[in-house]
This record gives sequence, structure tokens and C-alpha cells, in this order.
Amino acid sequence: MSVHLQLIAAEFRRQSTYRLALAAGVFTNGIFGLIRAGVLLAAVAGAGGEAGGYDARTAILYVLWGQALLGAIPMWGWNEVASRVRTGEIAVDLARPIDLQVYWWFRDLGRAAMQFLGRGLPILILGSVVLRVPPPTDPLVWLAGALGLILGLAVNFLGRYALNLISFWTIEMQGFQILYMVVVSLLTGFTVPIHLFPGWLKTIAEWSPFPSMYQYPVDLISGRTTGVDVLPIIGIQLAWLLVLLVGTRVMTHFGTRRLVIQGG
Amino acid sequence: MARLRSQMVYRTSFVLNVIGTFFTGLIEFVEIYVLLATAPIFGGLTLPEASLVFALSSVSFGLADMVFGQMDSLPSFIKQGQLESFLTKPLRLVPQMITSTVQLRRLARVLLGVITFAIAVPHAGIAWSPVMVGVVVGALVFGTTIFSALFVLAGGCQFWLINGTEFTNAFVYGGKYVSQLPGPVLLTPIRVFFTFVVPATVTTYLPVLILLDKPGPALLPQVLGWGAPLFAVWAWVLALVVWRAGVRKYTGAGG
Repeated sequence: MSVHLQLIAAEFRRQSTYRLALAAGVFTNGIFGLIRAGVLLAAVAGAGGEAGGYDARTAILYVLWGQALLGAIPMWGWNEVASRVRTGEIAVDLARPIDLQVYWWFRDLGRAAMQFLGRGLPILILGSVVLRVPPPTDPLVWLAGALGLILGLAVNFLGRYALNLISFWTIEMQGFQILYMVVVSLLTGFTVPIHLFPGWLKTIAEWSPFPSMYQYPVDLISGRTTGVDVLPIIGIQLAWLLVLLVGTRVMTHFGTRRLVIQGG
Repeated sequence: MARLRSQMVYRTSFVLNVIGTFFTGLIEFVEIYVLLATAPIFGGLTLPEASLVFALSSVSFGLADMVFGQMDSLPSFIKQGQLESFLTKPLRLVPQMITSTVQLRRLARVLLGVITFAIAVPHAGIAWSPVMVGVVVGALVFGTTIFSALFVLAGGCQFWLINGTEFTNAFVYGGKYVSQLPGPVLLTPIRVFFTFVVPATVTTYLPVLILLDKPGPALLPQVLGWGAPLFAVWAWVLALVVWRAGVRKYTGAGG
């Protein structure tokens, strides 16, 4: 088995050891899902049965997929690389024969896979039954959705990774992390779909990479965006993937030169 | 006091934390704002009215979070063996834990609530009287009491959960979320659970109904708001029973 697959498998197994934590995640995400479903249904009802292109059924699908993906595509920050910079362990990481970014990317794939199977799937199944929304039947929706989700995870990882790379310049990371969390939870469309945003806020969101992490993949997998409309969405996701990929490589290039190993 | 001063020593970190806490709360408000930009009425309330619910929730939850907010990090106390050192001292456990972890930065959320309240109140058309002032004060006092009880309850549950901390987020942070919302938007099971088991709606949505003299939806009649003291007692009974049972069950982490 190649080293990449081993990284995925190792992280997958690591995540699966915390079974109680997974169960807790399913439970809590489920409760929040019920609260959020009520909120969005009330908003749709208050707007006369349709708001921002959502009706009762699509609103529920949006919440359901959102809660299911929360484990795999996290909305909060992530600081494993930054904390290794702080402790100086990053020196060892950089000396490894595998590129730092590739290493963490593959580990993240393992993490996401376990989180999706352990947390996401139970929520999707339970939620579809409790809230009575059948899964999409069109294979094209599944195909576009799967592609959108993989790209969404990639953009999300690169966003989190870029955040961590800031630690090459400063060890005072807390502010950046809080800022990231605040911005991400709003602009990804996780708290409220960006289709409901007032014009100015929607424009800001659309010019950021954040909807590509979450709103767009959910639009695809829930069958809100279909037909030829799928193509520009995938295009936007690919474009952000490229931008962030180049951005993180440039950051790595200059960051590793700037890096001071603490207590070395 | 020394604990509080120590939080101010790392000034940039403290300031960033305060700003972060403030903006996290603000984003939660933006959610309500965006939903009310789509429709004029959300759960029977207008924007200023719904803002009052949010404001009461922010102040009460912020105060409770400041004092009791670290109770659900009990697993890390246990893992570090700090719980043993608390237990050996001739003081009660809960006061020791809270004095070691009071988080001043949470005042940012209280401030957000106060600002929201001040902006929303002139637009809400409340017929002020001494009784109504009492309703607001009561909502904040009993609200803080109830949210504090939820943190202690969560802490008590941790004795059984250790690696399943997230379970308690369902009612602590779920409760916070519910308390920011107008009652009618809640699906029935959520409405029942977060009123009669975990009384989160009682000190936010219900007092606003009293202030506005509105009737309220099924299972959440306005009159229930006057029962806030009873709900507060219930929350603490529940919290202390679970906490005591947890402490008694605790046998050490082999430290």
C-alpha cells in the first residue's frame, strides 16, 4: 500500500476509535438539525411559502445535508499544524520525506471519510425518516453532488491549511482562528443559506471561496442546482481550488524561509 | 482576584478573545437579522421584537457562561488530575472549579446583549410600568440562574461521558440557540423539551411575550413566563442531583 493510502487509513482508524464521541456528534448534530429545520421552515412560511428559492422540502434538505456534512467539512478552525509550529515539532515534519501539505491533506481525507460514515450517514438516514424527505433519485444529482462534495472538502481543507500557515509568521494565532470561524460560519452559508442574504452580503459571499466549501456542494447534492447550472458551480469550485492551491504553495515557500524554530 | 488579573496579562490575546466573543455573538444575531430581512415576521415577531428575545438570551447566557462556562471541561480537569487536588481541599467542589476558571472575556456577549436591547427597545412599543421593569430584571436573574444550572448539569454528565463531551452541547448550546428564537418557530418536540425539561425558552421568549402582551403559541402560553422562578428551581434540582451522583460515582483517574 502506498504511503498516501496508509495515511488515509491510519487517520480513518484513529478517528473511529472515539466511538462515543461519534455517537455524541450524531446526537447533538441531530438536535441542532431539528432546531434549524424549525427556524428555516418558519422563515419560508413567513415569506409566504417560498424564500430565496427554498420551499418547505428543499429547506429541510438544506438543513439535513448541512448537519450531515458538518463532521466531514468542518466549519470551525483547525490548528494541528499551527500547534506543531508552536511546539517546534514542525522541524521534524519538514524533515520528513513527504511534503507537509500532502501529508496533512491525505490525513484529512481519512478524517473526512470516517466523519462522513460515522456521523454524516446516520444523520442522513435518521433525518430522511424523521423529516420524511426521500433521497434524490436522479443519478446525475448524485454524480454532481459527489463531485461538489469532494471539491468542497478540498477547498475547505486548503482554507484551514492556509490559516495554519499563518503560524509560520506569528505564533499569536488565536485571533486569526476566531476570525476564521466567525467568517466561515456565516459566508459558507452554513448558518443561513446565502440565497437568503440581503444583496450586499450575498455579493461579499459570492466573491469569497467560502460558499464553494459548503453552500454549493449542498445545492448540488440536494438537487437545488441541476442541469447546465451545475457546470458554472463546479467551475467556481475548481477555480477556488486552484487559487488556494497556488496560494498555500506560495505561503509554504516563503513561510518555511521565515520560520524560526522555537527552542531549537 | 489573582485569577482575573492573570487573564489581563496577555493583553493582545485577551483583547482578541473579547473581540472574537463579541463577533461570534454578532453572527448569531445576523442569522436572525437575515431571516427577518426575507420575511417581515419571524415566529410572530418583528425584527425589534425578535431582537429583544436575542438580547435577553445574550445577557443571561453571557453571565452564566462567564462564571460556570468551564464546568463542561471537567474531563480535562479529570485527565490532568486536578480534580483530585480540588477534592482534597476542605471547600465545596463547584465553587473551587468556578473560581479557577471565571472567563472575563465572556462579558463581550453580555455587552452585545445590552447594546441590542438598547437599540431594539424604542422600536418594540412596550407599555412600560414598574411591573414591566420587574419582568426584565426577573428574566435576567432567573435566566442567568437557569443557564448556570445547565452548565452544572453538563459538568455532572461528564463524569459518565468523558469522551462524549459533545452530548451535553445538545442541551447547553442547543438551549442557548433555542433561547434566542421566537417560540413558534420551534418544532413541537423541541418546544416541549426546551421548555419543560430544559427551561431555555422561559426567560427569553416568554418575558418578551409579557412585555408585548402577546398570547404565544400552543404549549408556550404567555402565563408560563410568570413561572420562571419555579423553572429556575427545577433546573437547579436537576443539575445538583446529576452533579452529586457524578461526584459520588467518581473514583479517580489513577493519578
